[in-house]
Amino acid sequence: MSKQYKLTASLGDQILRLLTLSMAIGVLVLMVWMGWQMFDTARPSIQRFGLGFITSRVWDPVKEQFGALPFIYGTLVTSFLALLLAAPIGLGVAIFLNEMAESRFRAVVGFLVEMLAAIPSVVYGLWGIFVLAPWLKTTVEPGLAKWLGFIPLFQGTPVGFGMLAGGLILAVMILPTIAAISREVMAAVPNMQREAALALGATKWEMIRVAVLPYAKSGIMGGIMLGLGRALGETMAVTMVIGNRPDILASLFAPAYSMAAVIANEFTEATYDLYLSALVEIGLILFGITLVLNFFARLLVWSVGRGPKGGSIV
Amino acid sequence: MNDIFRKYQNWLMLIVFIIATIIALIPLFGVLGYVLKNGLSALNIQFFINLPKAMGLPGGGMANAIVGTLIMVLIASLIGIPIGILAAIYLTEYDRHSWLSTVVRFATDVLTGIPSIIVGIVIYTAVVLKMGNFSALAGGLALAIIMIPLIIRSTEEMLKLVSHSIREAGYALGISKGKTILKIVLPTAAKGIITGAMLAVARVAGETAPLLFTALGNQYWARSLNEPIASLPVQIFQYATSPYKEWHQLAWAGSLVLILMVIILNLVARFAFRSRSI
Repeated sequence: MSKQYKLTASLGDQILRLLTLSMAIGVLVLMVWMGWQMFDTARPSIQRFGLGFITSRVWDPVKEQFGALPFIYGTLVTSFLALLLAAPIGLGVAIFLNEMAESRFRAVVGFLVEMLAAIPSVVYGLWGIFVLAPWLKTTVEPGLAKWLGFIPLFQGTPVGFGMLAGGLILAVMILPTIAAISREVMAAVPNMQREAALALGATKWEMIRVAVLPYAKSGIMGGIMLGLGRALGETMAVTMVIGNRPDILASLFAPAYSMAAVIANEFTEATYDLYLSALVEIGLILFGITLVLNFFARLLVWSVGRGPKGGSIV
Repeated sequence: MNDIFRKYQNWLMLIVFIIATIIALIPLFGVLGYVLKNGLSALNIQFFINLPKAMGLPGGGMANAIVGTLIMVLIASLIGIPIGILAAIYLTEYDRHSWLSTVVRFATDVLTGIPSIIVGIVIYTAVVLKMGNFSALAGGLALAIIMIPLIIRSTEEMLKLVSHSIREAGYALGISKGKTILKIVLPTAAKGIITGAMLAVARVAGETAPLLFTALGNQYWARSLNEPIASLPVQIFQYATSPYKEWHQLAWAGSLVLILMVIILNLVARFAFRSRSI
């Protein structure tokens, strides 16, 4: 009897092990499958348009002409605008929380910054439509045009809905990502680094500059890249404020379109196979870009988590 | 002189960081303030019990959308949480340092960065096209895929915190490895795992993009899981982008409900289940 019991126990063990193993491998399978599934659907469009798909500016479903350039342009401009605004602010938040704030204050403010990430994208979009865009139209854009109007970026009629609105909303949405990752890697900086700098007579800012930031640099870069990845793929908020017009214009005030937005808007209206295929190809490009970006970003973040080469002294 | 410069530079930079933090929090209060102000005035009992009314008519509600969101989040949890926990068990309990685990861990991290609309496309082509219709099942499945990497990472963190002596105590008593995991390690880490699961639920509850072409949306009650179904985020999107004032108000009310759900989940997860040590 006792032998039999032991046998079933080890069988159960084997089953649990195999079950957990298959789920772990399942994650890899899932990722490959997602890529394949999209490639398979996008194939007609890839074969029909080839590389011209990403260089053509014409998006005309009626004439079966599909070029993704306006969407790629809108996505890149809004994402980089977002990065330009969110990276310094996010880094500032991380430094404030990690190096300056008292622990109780840190918990509260840290929670609030995380809440920024918890607000659903569609709610940001709603706020964007009824609060941000009107404010940009009446106040910000006329002001920018007046003072900086000599730069093509700030010319044109203030509409409210456009790349500026998209970039601003994205900045708000990726800020918590950048702040959180920067905090994480700055927390991984050994205290001895800080103490050494202080012992040499450094002020707090000098300590941050010479001891903390260089150590955390690659991780912070990783955090910024993760933020960029999030901005590139962010759908709802951008769809609701970017204006949804497939044009390539220099002005940030001008309505534009993003890759994720065109998928969100036109996917269920894709009446024939090639149309659907073209939309999926845009998705595939987005998938590829974010995959690569995340890959390198995670490498950077991981490298800091493990400490510098040569091993850390504890 | 130089020291004075350094001192002022120090203060200047510290003030810059404080200002950055204040700027970062302005949008939070901006969004919450407007949602509260506009949402509260539009929120009433009808909102929770009525179906949407025809275009532009006052008095409609989002009862079906609230229920739809709950149903799809439930489906996602039933699929995503067990898969995520099992995978995390493999990564911590069976094979913590192998190359396979490293690759899976890395893939999980990368997967969390994939835009959610991509998951919508994949489920559309793999499930909706094959089954021939939009459904709650497809929507739930899409949300599950978003949940899985989140659950794996949070569960793994929690399992790593369980001290080895607890596992060894199990083995010393002659308990098999599988039983040690299920009866000793998992219960020890349960609080943390539940916290992680709640945060993942809060995250997917607000997702719109993956539902647009999997669950689609529905102005009425869905009679089965195999039909298009309404959800709060999609309904908010449709109402916000419509030209009707009544619908805009409903969108604000819906946002208030959605944000409250998400914030309450976050708060409960963080404070009710918070434990400094396991």
